[in-house]
Amino acid sequence: MKYFLVSLPILGVFLGATVFNRVTPFIFGMPLFFAWTLFNVLLMSAIMLAIYKIDPANAKPTGEPR
Amino acid sequence: MNSAMIIICLALVGAIVVGLLASHGRKMNLEQWSVGGRTFGTVFVFVLMAGEIYTTFTFLGASGFAYGKGGAVLYIMTYTCLAFVSSYWLLPPIWRYAKQHNLITQPDFFARVYDSPAVGFIVAIVGLVALIPYLILQFKGLGIIVEIASYGAISTQTAVIIGAVAMSIYVVVSGVHGSAWNATIKDCTILLVCAFLGLYLPYHYYGSVGEMFASIEKAKSGFLALPQVGENPTWYCTTIAISALGLYMWPHTFASIYTSKSESIFRKNAVVMPLYSLVMLFSMLVGFTAVLKVPGLTGGQIDLALLRLSIATFDPWFVGVIGAAGVLTALVPGSMMLIAASTLFANNIYRKVMPETEGRSVSRIAKLAAPLIAMVAVFFTINGGNSIVALLIMGYSIVTQLFPPLVASLLPNNPVTKQGAMAGILVGVATVAVVVTTKTSIATLFPGASPLVAGINTGFIALTLNVATMIVVSVFSRVPQPRLASSAE
Repeated sequence: MKYFLVSLPILGVFLGATVFNRVTPFIFGMPLFFAWTLFNVLLMSAIMLAIYKIDPANAKPTGEPR
Repeated sequence: MNSAMIIICLALVGAIVVGLLASHGRKMNLEQWSVGGRTFGTVFVFVLMAGEIYTTFTFLGASGFAYGKGGAVLYIMTYTCLAFVSSYWLLPPIWRYAKQHNLITQPDFFARVYDSPAVGFIVAIVGLVALIPYLILQFKGLGIIVEIASYGAISTQTAVIIGAVAMSIYVVVSGVHGSAWNATIKDCTILLVCAFLGLYLPYHYYGSVGEMFASIEKAKSGFLALPQVGENPTWYCTTIAISALGLYMWPHTFASIYTSKSESIFRKNAVVMPLYSLVMLFSMLVGFTAVLKVPGLTGGQIDLALLRLSIATFDPWFVGVIGAAGVLTALVPGSMMLIAASTLFANNIYRKVMPETEGRSVSRIAKLAAPLIAMVAVFFTINGGNSIVALLIMGYSIVTQLFPPLVASLLPNNPVTKQGAMAGILVGVATVAVVVTTKTSIATLFPGASPLVAGINTGFIALTLNVATMIVVSVFSRVPQPRLASSAE
């Protein structure tokens, strides 16, 4: 599951270079290529959060403040 | 004496003071000095890792690349993010092993895991060769920033020398503690300055970020996506792959893994770091704003886009603030590189040549080496030509050669022997040297290749030969290998 999740943004990079490698249409004023890359970064962070939550290695309290 | 210069000088003095206070009167043995006694928490590990990644290259380079190459600049953000993602699995086993065996440097890791001082020695030489050009690049950036932001009142040479002295002072006294405190201040400053510039400049010149992109598209159609030749999709993907693999292979980045007090810190940071990379987006926006507003910069000058646009827009005192932030982006990573380079020299080169050196003198030699290495870097910065950029590309390709034997060592059953690791690294580094000095690329090797193939990053040539050699030599020198005791995913 972890590895499936982490493969998504990597796939996203390659999609970004191929399918979404265009300036138009503009999304929220950003070129499509730009918007996609930005979305992919947010996706990476979200996926790492999900992985962090489901990974049993993080289940035990570490006792240190964030 | 203009207001910009005063602010830059204050920043420099501030950095020295903070750096000196950071030692807190601790006794600085080598473990304290190089890896902070393995006591750093989430915030320090975060800023150290981020601090090394947001260097002058990001400040000047990312905006300059956006200015000169357009959409291709996004590769920088994407590769750092992918490296952060990989850190979730890569860093905890490295940290665990280093803690278990009390390792100080990157060569220590390789020497231990392959049970071979020779492998460690080679890794130390490779690391030192790669670090010096990177340090020179930081000094060069520092010189440019100070000279332009002080409106020429401080020359590049003076700035480089003052910067090197400042860095050496706090490195010798506080080691990595000084870097950590300064990195915290630097990150706050750079975040504010970059965010302000990236949002304000497009607004000031175009009314909004969207308007700016629309104007660029009207003037230079297709500039904001990847071109078909040169920085094309193949170049984009392969460069991202090579750079993401290389990021944690820098000796100073590797050593900052050791500073952490627990392995869970890396997993936490892997969640937040991609978001933090968005800061680079702001510096790219500055570069895009400059495209139509300060046109005409070509070649190496594209790196000046951010500073030129700032001078054209703001009052001197604010240019000074930007310059001060720029000085910090050079000082902090530079100090990390200086610490790593001197520790490598003292612990993995000097000590191997003079085996009778005791532990205490190793730390003294490291502290003595720091100003000397800084002096060497200053000499090359002032006397070297533009070949520095070529050297840096070489440095990045060189450290990437350490990735295959590292990953192999993290596998539950390391299939690679010490002979294989050594041969692979040597072949890889030699290939990089040949490729860089003869300016070989896929395009020159296969003149008839389509742009799609020709875009492949040249770093792959060396990496492929490295892995092939590593596997072949390992098969022929197979003996039972010691391996990483703990499991790695």
